[in-house]
This record gives sequence, C-alpha cells and structure tokens, in this order.
Amino acid sequence: MSHLPAIASHDAIAAQAVALLGARLLEQREAAGELTLLVARDSIVEVLALLRDTPELAFEQLMDICGADYPERPERFEVVYHLLSLRHNRRVRVKLSTDDSAPVPSVVSVFPVAGWLERETWDCYGVLFAGNPDLRRILTDYGFEGHPFRKDFPLTGHVELHYSEEAQAVVYAPVKLKQDFRNFDFLSPWEGMLPGDEKATPQQPGEPAAVERAK
Amino acid sequence: MSDVLPIDVKIADPTLVTDDPNAESYLINFGPQHPAAHGVLRLVMELDGELIERCDPHIGLLHRGTEKLIEHKTYLQALPYMDRLDYCSPMCMEHSYVLAIEKLLGVDVPRRAQILRVLWAEITRISNHILNTGAHAMDVGAMTPIIWLFAEREQLYDFSERVSGARMHAAWFRPGGVHQDMPAGLAEDIRAFANRFPKMLDEVQGLVANNRIFKQRNVDIGVISAKDALAWGFTGPCIRASGIPWDLRKSQPYEIYAELDFDVPVGKNGDCYDRFMVRIQEMRESMKIIHQCLDLLPETEGQPVASLDRKLVPPSRGEMKRSMEALIHHFKLYTEGFHVPAGEVYVATESPKGEFGIYLVSDGTNKPYRCHVRATGMAHLQAMDFLCKGHMLADAPAILGSLDIVFGEVDR
Repeated sequence: MSHLPAIASHDAIAAQAVALLGARLLEQREAAGELTLLVARDSIVEVLALLRDTPELAFEQLMDICGADYPERPERFEVVYHLLSLRHNRRVRVKLSTDDSAPVPSVVSVFPVAGWLERETWDCYGVLFAGNPDLRRILTDYGFEGHPFRKDFPLTGHVELHYSEEAQAVVYAPVKLKQDFRNFDFLSPWEGMLPGDEKATPQQPGEPAAVERAK
Repeated sequence: MSDVLPIDVKIADPTLVTDDPNAESYLINFGPQHPAAHGVLRLVMELDGELIERCDPHIGLLHRGTEKLIEHKTYLQALPYMDRLDYCSPMCMEHSYVLAIEKLLGVDVPRRAQILRVLWAEITRISNHILNTGAHAMDVGAMTPIIWLFAEREQLYDFSERVSGARMHAAWFRPGGVHQDMPAGLAEDIRAFANRFPKMLDEVQGLVANNRIFKQRNVDIGVISAKDALAWGFTGPCIRASGIPWDLRKSQPYEIYAELDFDVPVGKNGDCYDRFMVRIQEMRESMKIIHQCLDLLPETEGQPVASLDRKLVPPSRGEMKRSMEALIHHFKLYTEGFHVPAGEVYVATESPKGEFGIYLVSDGTNKPYRCHVRATGMAHLQAMDFLCKGHMLADAPAILGSLDIVFGEVDR
C-alpha cells in the first residue's frame, strides 16, 4: 500500500501521550497506522491544549470535528477530533462519547476553528457544546427541526418545501413521496456461514483479504 | 434591506434584528444571490459607513446531505457524490475517498493507475486555479484574465470528457485504480496543452501582477499571519501564502508524488495578493508534474490501470462475455458491492483548495457506516469575520475570492 499518504509512526508519541494525559485518557487504539485516543468528555479542553502545547507533540492544527451516531450504545454519540502536527508531521484522532443531553465542553478557546465545526456537529447530531459562543444551526434551514444525521432520522426527512399560490410564499408541508422509498438491501445473508468460506475470519482494516494472505 | 424578508425568517434568525435604537451601524445582506459570492452564500454584514464591523456568513443553502446519502449507498454508488462536492476540482475529491477505501481494504494500486491519478489530480488543480484566479481578478475589476483563461479551461474539460466520458462529474477514480485507460492520442494533446499554457499564464500574470488597480485592491488586504492561519485551520494555498511551506504532496506524499520533482510556492505576507500569486505559481508547478507523468506513462504502457482483484474491480466487458466467473463477479459488484473490513480511517490529500479529508467508518458491510467530509472551504470561510474586520465593503469580494470557496464542498 505504498500509494497511501506517508505518515510517521506513532510509537514514540503513543507512550508519551499516555503519560501526559494520565487519567484523562480512557483508551488508546492503533489501527491501520492511525492513533486514536479515547478521552473523558469533561477533559477535552485540557487534552487538546496539552496536545497542542507540548513541544514533542505540537498538534498545532485542529483539522476536523465531526459526530457519529451509534444508537445501540448507552452514550450514543461520538465526537471525533482530528489533529495535525505540522512540526512533526503526525496526525492523531481524539474521541469522546456523549448523549443528547450531556454537553461537551467547547474547544473554541483552544482552536478558534472549532466554532463552526461544533455548530455543524450540533446541527447534524444534536450534541450540545457548552461554552460555544454561537451555537446556531449552520447547514440546515432557518427554523429546521430535528437533527438530520442521526441514524433514526429518515433519509427523506419529515417536511418538504413548495411554493404555495394561496400564501404567495414558499411553505413547508409534510413530505409526500410519489413512490415508496426503495432501500435495496443486497447484503448477502450467507456470507461467512458456509463451511470453508475464507470470509468467515473477518478481515482486519488495512490488512489484505484472507484470500490474498493465503497466496 | 431586512424589511423585504418574510416575517418568519426574521424570527428564526436573530442576527437580522438589532435591539439598540441608537446603533450607528447597519446591517446589509450580501447574497444569497450575488455574482461575487461564488455560489449561494449569504453574508450578513454589520457596517459602519463603509467599514465592515462584523461579518456573519450564513452557509448551508446548498446543503444536500451528502454524508447522510452516502450512508445509504454502497461504496461504489457513493463515489459520484464526491464529484459534486467541490465541482471545480472533481477528481481531487474522488482521490481522498478512494484512498480511504483502499486504506481500509489494504489493497494495492498498480503503478500505471498511480501515474494516471497524479496526472489527473494536477490537471484538475490547474482547472480549479484557472477558475479561481480568473474569478478573483474579475471580482476586483479585471475582465480579461477570466476570458483568456476560460478558453484554456475548456480544453481541460474536453480532456476530462475524453478520458471519463464526462466533462465535470467524472467518477473516474475508482477503489483499486481508475475506471479506464486514457484513449490513444490524449497524452499527446495534454502534452501540447502543457507546452502552450505557460505562455498564456505569463500573459495573464503580466496583465495583473504589476497592475496598479489590481495591487491596490489586493496588497495588504485580508492579511492573516502564520500563527492565525494555523489557529483558523487554514490549509493549501491559503496557509502557504502566509509563509508556511506545508503541502501534503511533499510532507505526506501519496501515489507517486515522492519521486516527482516540483516546488512548493510560498508567500510572505498572507494577503490576497500572495494567495493569488501562490495559485499562479502552483499552476506552473503542476505543469512540471504533468510533464513528468507524461514521461512516465510510456514505460507502463499496456499495464493494468486498476487492481486485478476481482472482488473489488469489475472485469472487462470482453472477459464477461466468455467467463462465467467474470459475469458473477460483475453481478456481485454491482448489486451487493464489496465489503470493507470494520474500522475507521482519516485520509487527507492536497486538493487544489487545501487539505481535503475523508473520515470513513466501516462496520464491515457493503455500505459506509459514517463518511465525514473535511471540507477545506469551511475553515477558510469561517475566518471571513476575522479577515474582513475593519476593511471596506469593497474588500469583501476580494477576500472571498482569494479564499477560493466553492459551496458544493462547504455545504456538502
């Protein structure tokens, strides 16, 4: 896989991050050459500040904040922060979990770029950020209701817009589909069940498939 | 201006109302339909006379829920959505996405496919910079560059059509390689373009670079220091104009960039003029890369342009007519699609606008569980308030133009 972006190994910083973050770090994972740090929700501001200000780590740029929804978990949302160190040419992913009522401390004081990224996460998932000075919706319409990227929000939405001759304005109405929403599920029910199936052993991310390994 | 808006919008949008009856400043709407807004952007600006005191960009008018749609498609079906993000550099959008899938799959890409991908990423970069530099010059009053440059850009779209069948939404980069090889004769035509284009670039630069009006409109306008550029998440030409030599093609090389010879132009002042000039110079560097890729192509002539793993890349049509197995592979790929092992990756490439990242979460099925797009323009546009503060109203289009915003990508 020589064609993928070349990033330095994380071995040196993983141990350091563990020592530095102490009890704030809940878990660390390394998969597909990427380091993930799971941290306690309330410590995120300190964690990002530490990662940025420690010279050996120097993660000066916050690239991205995004949410992810796992409805089966007790705390269903994950908030994912991607950091980049220009000085050491490294990336790290910091994650925390939350639900729709527990607020996540805002990191705007550490990285001003977080402002809109947190707004987007609030808009799409309904994750609250305590301390964000401007937590308005950002991507959805003015007055939109609901959080569209949640797994329980239907793909077609709840309302649609049309121009009303009576009201002489654009109005919202409950969504009416001309045909039923077709969700084709082509997932094979037999995969991994047949004896001798090489897919029975799940493939690890970043590893070649079992067929390739056998060669 | 606010009184022409429907009442209910006013209530939903607190920025439009000011409670202070003695306020000296007033609010205006720049957009949502404004030719200098480069798309559907609504800038609510608080002005004191002609000075901008606050600038609040309202985005999302082009929000299509790409990330949600991708969760309901197989990996291959989701690929064309990428073209529709930054529709000015479609192939660079596909690039991060296919690399993310390939990283999870652990699949190798043949050398010819890597060369072709780099070649087309650079052609796309030139096409994007042509649009941006031309439009930026037009925003500050120079009409000629965009007309000259668009004639050249048309050629690039013709090339794109010849290689993929589509002028803009190519869907040509595929997991495992590229869709098909270049048709005969295209390499020669690209070479001819690459020989001809620098002269045009010189002429355009000669028109604007030392032009007094152009300099008055751009020099020392929208200055951002290296430190602020880092804090505001700037990437690509915008951070390079502030003096930070950071280019993912050099620092985290992917495909064959490591063996190519090109320079990274860096600005000094971080103003609109530097951002413009960095892009002009980047086109020259891209031209160098194109020449090198075209030199490398003949030695891989006839080699595959996509992985031969038939669980990932469909067989050729000819093969399908003769082989039952090939037919089954084709059927499986276009119905069920391929399975991607469970895991998560973040892959970023240097798109013409800056770092374009894909955060892909797979649960082991044939559809992405979550696909987040790290939009370059979002970070840049967020800094509008920071950059515009204290500038004149007429500087806002210059700053906006120099940030290279495309709303397909910002709104997703």
